[in-house]
Amino acid sequence: MHSYHLTIVLAPLAAAIVAGLFGRQIGRAAAHWITVLAVGLSCVLSLIVFKHLYFDGGVAENYSVYTWAVSDGLRMEVGFLIDRLTALMMVVVTFVSLMVHIYTIGYMRDDPGYQRFFSFISLFTFAMLMLVMANNFLQLFFGWEAVGLVSYLLIGFWFKKETAIFANLKAFLVNRVGDFGFILGIAGVVLFTNSLDYQTVFASADNIAAQSITIFGDTAWNAMTVICICLFIGAMGKSAQAPLHVWLPDSMEGPTPISALIHAATMVTAGIFMVARMSPLFELSETALAVVLTIGAVTAFFMGLLGIVQNDIKRVVAYSTLSQLGYMTVALGVSAYSAAIFHLMTHAFFKALLFLAAGSVIIAMHHEQDIRKMGGLRKYMPITYWTSLIGTLALIGFPGSSGFFSKDALIEAVKESHWHGQGMIYWIAYLSVLLGVFVTALYSFRMFFLVFHGKERMDKKTKSHLHESPWVVTAPLILLAIPSAIIGWFTIGPILFGDYFGGSIQVLAGHDVLSGMGTRFTSSAAFIGHALTQPAVWLAVSGAITAWILYLYRPEIPGRLRDKLSPLYTLLDRKYYFDELWIKGFAGGGRRIGSLLWRKGDEFLIDGLMVNGTANSVRRLAGVMRQLQTGYLYHYAFAMIFALALFLAWLLWLS
Amino acid sequence: MDLTTNILSVLIWLPIIGGITVLLAGDADDSASSRAAGMRVLALAVSLLTLLLSGFLYLHFDGSLATMQFVERDSWIGAFNADYYLGVDGISAPLILLTAFITPLVIVAGWDNIKSRPAQYFAAFLILEGLMIGVFAALDAILFYVFWEAMLVPMFLIIGIWGGERRVYATIKFFLYTFLGSVLMLVAFIYLYGKAGSFDFFAFGDVALSLREQQFIFIAFLLAFAVKVPMWPVHTWLPDAHVEAPTGGSVILAAIMLKMGGYGFVRLSLPMVPDGSEYFSFFMIVLSLIAVGYIGLVALVQKDMKKLIAYSSIAHMGFVTLGMFIVWSVAVESGSGAELGVTGGLVQMISHGLVSGAMFLCVGVLYDRMHSRQIGDYGGVANTMPWFAAFMVFFAMANAGLPGTSGFVGEFMVILASFKANFWYAFFAATTLILGAAYTLWMVKRVIYGDVANSNVAALQDLNTREFVVLGILAAAVLLVGLWPAPLIDMMSATVEQLIQQVSQSKIPGA
Repeated sequence: MHSYHLTIVLAPLAAAIVAGLFGRQIGRAAAHWITVLAVGLSCVLSLIVFKHLYFDGGVAENYSVYTWAVSDGLRMEVGFLIDRLTALMMVVVTFVSLMVHIYTIGYMRDDPGYQRFFSFISLFTFAMLMLVMANNFLQLFFGWEAVGLVSYLLIGFWFKKETAIFANLKAFLVNRVGDFGFILGIAGVVLFTNSLDYQTVFASADNIAAQSITIFGDTAWNAMTVICICLFIGAMGKSAQAPLHVWLPDSMEGPTPISALIHAATMVTAGIFMVARMSPLFELSETALAVVLTIGAVTAFFMGLLGIVQNDIKRVVAYSTLSQLGYMTVALGVSAYSAAIFHLMTHAFFKALLFLAAGSVIIAMHHEQDIRKMGGLRKYMPITYWTSLIGTLALIGFPGSSGFFSKDALIEAVKESHWHGQGMIYWIAYLSVLLGVFVTALYSFRMFFLVFHGKERMDKKTKSHLHESPWVVTAPLILLAIPSAIIGWFTIGPILFGDYFGGSIQVLAGHDVLSGMGTRFTSSAAFIGHALTQPAVWLAVSGAITAWILYLYRPEIPGRLRDKLSPLYTLLDRKYYFDELWIKGFAGGGRRIGSLLWRKGDEFLIDGLMVNGTANSVRRLAGVMRQLQTGYLYHYAFAMIFALALFLAWLLWLS
Repeated sequence: MDLTTNILSVLIWLPIIGGITVLLAGDADDSASSRAAGMRVLALAVSLLTLLLSGFLYLHFDGSLATMQFVERDSWIGAFNADYYLGVDGISAPLILLTAFITPLVIVAGWDNIKSRPAQYFAAFLILEGLMIGVFAALDAILFYVFWEAMLVPMFLIIGIWGGERRVYATIKFFLYTFLGSVLMLVAFIYLYGKAGSFDFFAFGDVALSLREQQFIFIAFLLAFAVKVPMWPVHTWLPDAHVEAPTGGSVILAAIMLKMGGYGFVRLSLPMVPDGSEYFSFFMIVLSLIAVGYIGLVALVQKDMKKLIAYSSIAHMGFVTLGMFIVWSVAVESGSGAELGVTGGLVQMISHGLVSGAMFLCVGVLYDRMHSRQIGDYGGVANTMPWFAAFMVFFAMANAGLPGTSGFVGEFMVILASFKANFWYAFFAATTLILGAAYTLWMVKRVIYGDVANSNVAALQDLNTREFVVLGILAAAVLLVGLWPAPLIDMMSATVEQLIQQVSQSKIPGA
């Protein structure tokens, strides 16, 4: 299996290098063939690894590939931990990546940077695989930053667009704020275990939890709480949790295929994956879990609200992604790690589908992205329409769809979680995920109706060109629609209530909500039946009906509501002013402080007063010396001899 | 001639003699003449031969030994026991390799864009190379001092003759700063000689010194080395020197000469005055963290690319001194972080040599074409120079410490080690993740990305073969160290381990 693992990782890398460095020589077709084949190979091998681990009863493997460096007894290695959690992630990553590769052939057909794009998305696949397959923190951090790099390169892919290169810088820097916490978390791990290896660190988790760190004054903080919160700050950056979420909507400046691959299905879920991977650590700090829960709940609800007022088709989906990532984070916060990963998986399929469908619409609309200028596309684009409908139903959690199983189980888990107590955090979390269902259905169907139903609001020229996208675009839509529709039905049993994850995820008995739910779980059909007695499904339905009323039945209402609630609308439209906080507050503040330090510190105080002040006095005193600095070698030789003589004299005098 | 016994002398004197030959033979002031062309070929040949011989040094270097290797010792100035005493260990050997690696690249980079006195230009770099290797190899204080000061001369000339408009101001500032600092170092040497009876570094290491003595000696060393690193607040010569220096001068200055400061601390201050170093260690840590934070913010607002990279150098060198001076904040035992910090600082020196050298070469490529270093004069360079843009983004990422590049290795190790010392050290050090990315990538955004800003940018030609090869070799080195730093770290570990042992033992008599 080891050679399979290496091939899975290296094939996309090799393809990326060939397509990137020799793109011009090999041409466009060769560039897409080589990357599609490489990622296809990775996908097939990932499925084999998955089958081996799950169906054939293979055991998890944990081994080192090579030693990066050893210093101070700290082994820094590159190695793989291939267990069922990893295998699931590998399948999701390579499958979505393959779909996106194929889709890109159609979407980027006329782009001059065609080969470069394929090179980047293959490189991304490599980096993401390194991240999920890591068996140590060093490689995790490598993958973590490498996906950030490729995300930066791809958001700014159209580098002539000022908005794109603003967005990619913003994305990288906000992620670096998260990484700042992340690296401190890793350093904390090393402080207590002197190891970067997962297994070693997990084995000494109890020991870490028994220690403390003093940070402010004499207050001792539990070491595990500090470490987990630091690590989670990293996850907040990567998985775009409030208040580090601001980069994700802007990342929509990148081409649509990468919005699907990187900014919906895979990279942004890296934070969720990381916390699940670190479950042996997070389990030991209820404080850290409470922080995770709160941040997730806030993100899930408030980011969903923003989706209602967006008019750019991709931004609606982006805010939906933020909100769904919040859901996953909430699941982590109640120790339902499996539920988080389960939602991560179904979300990867249906959100990639929604983004790619949005891209299909964008192609048809000649790169118009404003949903107010669309409408009635249903009859022009039947495949896009039906696949979008499947994606939308999965997103809102319509009974039977993949999203229904994952989201409903997640909400159930939050409701059942008792160890946070019935205190404020519990109610914030539960109400957020519950009301979030209504909001999700509202913005999802608002977009769906505005795009595919109602009046055709586009101009005549666009209208005359409307047609369904070519098969390279629609085939991935169909292939993603299938798992979006049905995968939940088949997998909820083993993943959530069976022993799919085995030892990959560890939950303390007192935290284990899923096992309690598992005892009541009999079949997927019964799960649906039970859900119909719960509020979530009905909230989703009422959200969809509300959208129908507001945007199809009585389309004049939204305008009136907007006028009535204008302060609220402004608040949502300005996205709670987080951009102002980051851009004017932090970035602008940093520049102002930098300017101040430079002008007043370096130039005025140090150079002006100290250096040039001293230099001026020295210059006055040593006018002769200045004359010496003419650039003639013999002057210097003379100076050196003179100095040497002086020095000799001194020595003689000393002795 | 058995090379293993005198490889260090060969590495020092080959480039110096080669440089003098080039200087004497190539008096033509016309770069177009065949004679000048012959001189640069000769200069390149000498530097390549030096590189080849440094490869020999690498192959015969035994990383498992903590002692000096390739030792050469002859009586030099008998009157006061000064010897011609050379040797390398795991601290100096990588720096010598770095010097031998960078010099040919600098010569190729200046291949046909030095129009005035090309032979003298190349000669200056060769002589400088020999002198710098001399600094790293010298184990006798007088010999060290001679190389140390002599090194200033070629650099002074390089900036003064081939520099920009304000080169005179810059050279004087550079010279005064560095010279004033090192004079005090000489005083300290003489004091130590009075105690030890010889100028042998090891003899200096063995003499007992009271805390008061050690404090004074530490301060004398500090002034010499802090200026070279440079540390805040004696750093302001560097941006000026870099801005005025020709590209090759900037590269050598950033890649090698700044390393003299870090090298001085680890070779002289730490082992010779351990109690003095300990006494000032908190002070040094604070200065290092100021370099990371304060200088990082200052770098953010620079409008001149070379100034920005110069400030970025200062911020990066903060990690070198931070790694070295946290030794006393942790226990002296394996796994305590002391070795990790010092090794991280040393790796950071090598990495910074590669990355900052490459960044200055990138600016040089642009400057050769547009004769401007102002960020505002550029924009959208990627449209006309795609290969150059790829290199620039790559090196910028290395400068921002991306894992997989050399820039990450040292910073990562130092951050891990400083967390072991104190949460807040790591906290402030880790701000480089944000600041380093902010100043580097904001520059990249304004220079590389965007639509073509003006007709000058529209007329830019992409890299020629020569430039491509130079940047390509540096990129390969940055990747190699980033993906597999083990060979480099293995060279250092035995020496560092012994150094930690040494600094942990007090030299105060009776203590």
